[in-house]
Amino acid sequence: MKRRLDVLVCSGAACASAHSQDVRDELRRQIASHGLDEEVHVIETGCMGPCEMGPIVLVYPEGVFYVRLTPADVAEIVEEHFLKGRQVDRLLWESPEARRLAQKKRQLPFFEGQQKIVLSNCGRIDPENLEEYIAADGYAALAKVLSEMKPDAVVASIESSGLRGRGGAGFPTGKKWQFVAQEQGEEKAIVCNGDEGDPGAFMDRSLLEGDPHAILEGMAIAAYAVGADHGYIYVRAEYPLAIQRLEIAVAQAREAGLLGLNILETGFSFDVELRIGAGAFVCGEETALLESIEGKRGMPRPRPPYPSASGAFNLPTLINNVETWGNIRHIVLHGPEWFRSVGTEKSPGTKVFALSGNVCNTGLVEVPMGTTLRQLIFDIGGGIPGDKAFKAVQTGGPSGGCIPAKHLDTPIDYESLKELGTIMGSGGVIVMDEDSCMVNIAKFFLDFSCEESCGKCVPCRIGVDQMRKILERITQGQGHPDDLGRLHELADVIKATSLCGLGQAAPNPVLSTLQHFEDEYRAHVEDKVCPAMVCRELISYEIDTATCKACDQCRKVCPVDAISGEPGKPPYALNAETCIRCGQCQVVCPFDAIHKTSRQPVAD
Amino acid sequence: MKLEDLRKIRERASKDLNLRKGNARVQIVVGMGTSGIAAGARDVLAAFLDEIAKRGLTDVVVTQTGGRGLASSEPVVEIHVQEKPIVVYGNVDRERAARIVAEHVVNGQAIDDFVIEVREP
Repeated sequence: MKRRLDVLVCSGAACASAHSQDVRDELRRQIASHGLDEEVHVIETGCMGPCEMGPIVLVYPEGVFYVRLTPADVAEIVEEHFLKGRQVDRLLWESPEARRLAQKKRQLPFFEGQQKIVLSNCGRIDPENLEEYIAADGYAALAKVLSEMKPDAVVASIESSGLRGRGGAGFPTGKKWQFVAQEQGEEKAIVCNGDEGDPGAFMDRSLLEGDPHAILEGMAIAAYAVGADHGYIYVRAEYPLAIQRLEIAVAQAREAGLLGLNILETGFSFDVELRIGAGAFVCGEETALLESIEGKRGMPRPRPPYPSASGAFNLPTLINNVETWGNIRHIVLHGPEWFRSVGTEKSPGTKVFALSGNVCNTGLVEVPMGTTLRQLIFDIGGGIPGDKAFKAVQTGGPSGGCIPAKHLDTPIDYESLKELGTIMGSGGVIVMDEDSCMVNIAKFFLDFSCEESCGKCVPCRIGVDQMRKILERITQGQGHPDDLGRLHELADVIKATSLCGLGQAAPNPVLSTLQHFEDEYRAHVEDKVCPAMVCRELISYEIDTATCKACDQCRKVCPVDAISGEPGKPPYALNAETCIRCGQCQVVCPFDAIHKTSRQPVAD
Repeated sequence: MKLEDLRKIRERASKDLNLRKGNARVQIVVGMGTSGIAAGARDVLAAFLDEIAKRGLTDVVVTQTGGRGLASSEPVVEIHVQEKPIVVYGNVDRERAARIVAEHVVNGQAIDDFVIEVREP
């Protein structure tokens, strides 16, 4: 019998860590044991998006979307759905924002507001199968430029598309291409920046895992356009699946004559090498990345010279981020006007975001530029779990900032985010609910920047650490009245004098929280109170004597024996002196009898 | 690989991706409950797939559903054409399947003799 069902198993890193491979193996076993191998095909794909729901299986042609599967669920799916045509309702996604139980993928609100261009193959094709990529118009854009377009026409096309760098700052991609194309010289290099290091960001990883050929194709098109013959893909070692899929893709492309000498027998040659990074955040900065590619310690170089003039091994070098590369083939195939028809005037196209934090549907999403934060977080993300209130959203990682609720209707583009004191960044979006302390969040990002500072320049190495120390003091209730002014002063100097973009942007998490949540800073400094009850030095725990049932759970879990009492004889008592305010008792209490209260900090 | 080879691979392989489009013009739904299977629905399902492959139709998908309580008319097959009423055929066999594809799916003419129900989508 002919092939009639395609069973797509998401094998992105999130589903893989939820053991999607066991589900896949069980599917293959059950399908074989029912003799359905020929008519039902199991295909592994890249990330489908709703990572919270993994392992995910999508069955075509119906488009039935099964979530949170275990191998034990597989037999029922095969017998009921594949054999008898009755989908298994209990395994569908009960998406609360859907008006009814969504039978099909396209009925899910999570997918409704999205427009997948860069991710169009992610979760749809098998990333390890070159034929599937070709079937989805893969390498058609490369074939088009090699057979029909002059190199400068390709550059002009990218330039007029208005595409801007998806790695952070939003520099016009076509301009970069133009700079490198103008450079004289026999040898030039192409670089893919896959050193994704922001906390909560996984866009590049997912794209490399889900559609590696698209990146190779984008790079090959650029190589033809600017006159380069070799390239480097820089990926961090902590992305083993992305590296594995890239290696497979490179080998396949070479074998098929889509990389290497005389590509598609047109006389054009281009090949790539993988460079595996050790995971230093600073290597995402383009000049530090170039140092690392050359085998040196990853530290930024002063600019100028810019990489377009002197980059990898002093060659004119074109560096773009993974997602930027992912856009290229679509622009070539459909034209710059089409690309401009998506998104906003100054920020055309779509943007991929990694939604995480206090949001119902964490995962990978792609929306047109100009989508509002509210649509992203509430319509697609499903809002805040547990009836909590939205407090802020963090974008741009350690170089970005926090946006409060009153700006939720801001359309997302490079300019409007900048106006709010943050940046687009690479696309990490961390949603925070009412239980988040904004001073603590700012401190978290400064901790990160201190840890990751390469140490080459003083403002970043010492200045950021000074800011961090002030924040630490504030969160411990030891803040001085002039601390806020001092933070501003330090931030100004660091921004003005740091060598690279990471140092210059490191104060942003503090500045943006100071801008939007100054009251919260003042509460910490002046009243010694943490309004969100997060900062440990400013809270204490209490047992509500009326609700305590003396179940003994809190006493058992307390690591410092601060709770005393006898089972069955309420109430229990909590010794505030010994308590380290770890909060475990509150987590385990089945009767909600343990509460946080504010307390004055104990002076050193 | 030459430019021409790339095009050939794309033409051949893109047929396999059609299944995953989820926006077919025509959906053929075969009733595959116990009574349907007993009456030969699996063979009918195969017949539809063969016929579609033979004609190279790319905008038609074949799916299945459970029994709908029409045991005496099994195998039962529904034809869903976008924005048209759903037409239900009874007692479908290989030969009828071929005719349904030719006359209804391709030419848009329902075959009145086998129709047992017409309903709104």
